[in-house]
Amino acid sequence: MKLTRRDVIKAQAAATAAAVAGISLPASASNVITSSAANKLTWSKAPCRFCGTGCGISVATKDGKVVATHGDVKAPVNKGLSCVKGYFLSKIMYGKDRITTPMLRKTDGVYDKEGEFTPVSWNEAFDIMEQKFKKVLKEKGPEGISMFGSGQWTVHEGYAAVKLMKAGFLSNNIDPNARHCMASAVGGFMRTFGIDEPMGCYDDMEAADAFVLWGSNMAEMHPILWTRIADRRLSNPHVKVAVLSTFEHRSFDLADIPAVFTPQTDMVLLNAIANYIIESGSVNHDFINKHVNFREGVIDIGYGLRPTHELQMKAKNPNSGKSSPIDLDAFAKFVKSYTFEYAEEMSGVPAKTIEKIAKLYADPKVKVMSLWTMGVNQHTRGVWTNNLLYNIHLLTGKIAEPGNSPFSLTGQPSACGTAREVGTFSHRLPADMVVKNPKHRALSEKLWKIPAGILNGKPGSHAVKQIRDLKDSKINVCWNQVNNNVQAGANINEEILPGYRNPDNFIITSDAYPTVTAEASDLILPSAMWVEKEGAYGNAERRTQAWYQLVNAPGDARSDLWQLVEFSKRFTTEEVWPAKVLAENPEYKGKTLYEVLFKNGQVDKFPLSQISPDYENQESKEHGFYLQKGLFEEYASFGRDHGHDLADYDTYHKVRGLRWPVVNGVETKWRFKEGSDPYVKEGTGWQFYGKKDNKAIIFALPYEPPAEVPDEEFDMWLSTGRVLEHWHSGSMTQRVPELYKAVPNALCYMNPEDAKKRGMRRGDEVKVISRRGEIRTRIETRGRNKPPIGLVFVPWFDASQLINKVTLDATDPLSKQTDYKKCAVKIEKV
Amino acid sequence: MKNTLMNNVATLFATAALAVSSVMLPSIASATDAVIDNAPQVSTLRGVAPLNAEVTPPIIEKVENNDLKRQRDYPQQPPTIPHDISKYQLDKNFNKCMDCHSRKLADEAQAPAVSVTHYMNRDGEFLGEVSPRRYFCTQCHVHQLEGEPLVENTFTDVDELIKQSIARDKK
Repeated sequence: MKLTRRDVIKAQAAATAAAVAGISLPASASNVITSSAANKLTWSKAPCRFCGTGCGISVATKDGKVVATHGDVKAPVNKGLSCVKGYFLSKIMYGKDRITTPMLRKTDGVYDKEGEFTPVSWNEAFDIMEQKFKKVLKEKGPEGISMFGSGQWTVHEGYAAVKLMKAGFLSNNIDPNARHCMASAVGGFMRTFGIDEPMGCYDDMEAADAFVLWGSNMAEMHPILWTRIADRRLSNPHVKVAVLSTFEHRSFDLADIPAVFTPQTDMVLLNAIANYIIESGSVNHDFINKHVNFREGVIDIGYGLRPTHELQMKAKNPNSGKSSPIDLDAFAKFVKSYTFEYAEEMSGVPAKTIEKIAKLYADPKVKVMSLWTMGVNQHTRGVWTNNLLYNIHLLTGKIAEPGNSPFSLTGQPSACGTAREVGTFSHRLPADMVVKNPKHRALSEKLWKIPAGILNGKPGSHAVKQIRDLKDSKINVCWNQVNNNVQAGANINEEILPGYRNPDNFIITSDAYPTVTAEASDLILPSAMWVEKEGAYGNAERRTQAWYQLVNAPGDARSDLWQLVEFSKRFTTEEVWPAKVLAENPEYKGKTLYEVLFKNGQVDKFPLSQISPDYENQESKEHGFYLQKGLFEEYASFGRDHGHDLADYDTYHKVRGLRWPVVNGVETKWRFKEGSDPYVKEGTGWQFYGKKDNKAIIFALPYEPPAEVPDEEFDMWLSTGRVLEHWHSGSMTQRVPELYKAVPNALCYMNPEDAKKRGMRRGDEVKVISRRGEIRTRIETRGRNKPPIGLVFVPWFDASQLINKVTLDATDPLSKQTDYKKCAVKIEKV
Repeated sequence: MKNTLMNNVATLFATAALAVSSVMLPSIASATDAVIDNAPQVSTLRGVAPLNAEVTPPIIEKVENNDLKRQRDYPQQPPTIPHDISKYQLDKNFNKCMDCHSRKLADEAQAPAVSVTHYMNRDGEFLGEVSPRRYFCTQCHVHQLEGEPLVENTFTDVDELIKQSIARDKK
């Protein structure tokens, strides 16, 4: 029998009647606990585990368990709010299938790639890893090993990982999943400004008169930032919100100016706006004369596919980021053909709508904030599109002051703090330095106290290349931490599974839960997660936030930091460094990588007496020194006095984060702007000091078509993405019953007319098929997403429907970031 | 099951054939790899579907629509929505939820009025009406579909810990 609300109300009425009749309960059965000791909770702060917004969370613990979580009222980012995922953080650590012991595939007690996962000790797990690493290092050198990490690594973990790989194993084959997420944003920043990360901050949201979303669905992906924009828009009727996307979604619910455009034509729209700014006389000449250079980029640069791919061979200038100087007149000529009429024809957005958006930028009285994430970054011209966005803010001088803000939102909680700032990319070193630059290597060698000239100057394999190299047997051992690449990487069938299952390869995956990546691996290592360890994250507005270890991890689960540092004890310098280097630097002989990298007089400088007496710190106690503080302080030495200044580590435990550069204890809200950024000289107004002449660059770049477009057979666009209720691949949120029951499975969102044309109805089982693979899912013609005719949207959180079997592994040729937003598919009824 | 396996192998070959046209394949995983052709051993969320296969997805469940209030896991948890909101208008022009959950209408609808926190702005001051930052209810409140979670969650209610704490004190 199903209860209804009426039944419950009736039952309550009966109980009330009994109470009124005078039946009282004995005092011993009191139903409220009032004893202060038993009632007490310990509240601590931690940043949210999920997106790049970086909300502050208040975490309640009692008797070694997290019992409640909610938005921290003192956190400037979210001021007491949290999205539904953030509210349920308290349950993410308690899925019943947590991995609590290392597991190795074995048959008859010995390692077998096709064997059954068998629990092993940490010692046995490290034994086989050591054996595999040493064998490959001996046979192939540093190019044969790889590590695939994350923008969800803590700052300490990312730093330890990059140090172990680059300074220890001398291998640049380390990349984070942030490659799939933020690499085009980094490319855009480096090209336009010469220094990474947004100049503005979230305070812009309370100052802007207009918001323009370029392909972003903030209502679902950055919900708490969306509350700030909703607050601003609804409290101030003059404020306008424009939402541009390839399909209608929840952010359109707040839109004054909605616009659905054909995939890839965001580039046309941006050039059309630049053209309008020029033709309407809205260029801020004073600003561009003082602060801007113009350049024209090389075109026809390919699609980041394998060099043997037809499209790649057709490209005139594959992977070229070259450019040459031009002036405003040449730039004006370049964008002249991008009229509103042409833009309408290409994008499908009415010219009148484009004009409305263009005017927000052109009108000097309107403070405008542009916001974008994966729509622009996961784009085969992602770096270019980032450049084009900065163009329209630079032409008008609407940049780096309250409310005037081109703002590149971040996907992951520490894509900025760890992946980008620490530099866990295959081509990077900490603080925006790169392995290719001999000066950067020399400085890193000095700060790391390792022999001069030892670092590898050749960029390593990036995320997509690592996968191709595994398939091609060029890389034979790969260690994954904090990512789920068998679900998240593109073209799973043709590229990822063959690489993982290649008999030549040994794949290690560290995770808290048994993901499909763990399943496809040979060794699984159990990881501590979130507040089971001390850590720090850096969010999209350059805010660094630290937290303490609040509870212990279950069973033998250990933090990724502990795993990295422990593993370094297994190698001596003789085993991994060239004999010549050791002969010239005999003081390094006979030492383990642990001694050289971590017990180096810097990382082990801070004694255990400095860890908080109120909190556990598993790794530090085991190693005998305050490991996190030592790593952070050594890392911070890379950026201090170079525009990337961080405060001292202890400060971050006291404050709700600080936005770097932190100079003399003061954070920076707007970089490059006089009066706000301490690096900008008096009387200059603005200084884009990432470039030698302090000038940012406006790039002339054309529209170029995507790698794959719908044709007669594969007749639909496929866009993929996230949903509000789940974080990334769902490995944490699918284990929270309330979040699972809110959105249990992926669906294929389709326009009702497209469904009708194919004889399909809501709920029908269908196949989504591309040239590379297929999934089975169900049709949704209602609900939060309303695609235009010719496009379907399928989210990727669902491990039982691996949509990335269908996607294309085309990347931006400059950033190497995959385009998950467009490929051609057909939909068939099952 | 046998059928599925046959399909897998066929799919794999078809995929490989397609791939060859544009991509060099210096090495490829064995077509009969036990790990990806059989039901997963540890990957709970994948059910019985091998990594190499795609199976019939679950039906789209109905929304639980009985209006019964659910217990919260802790006092700060936003209550989940115990009814269907699929046809509700929730945009800058109109908020259907507030037709029943606003202070002025909750008595008529016998619905819970939004809590006092919803009147606070960013600075913690109480406004006369619900704060615009709380306007889009579905950022925190979600419906629940029928059907059971795939994985059990062992989160411990604080009430249980308090009881244990008192029991320990008595000993």
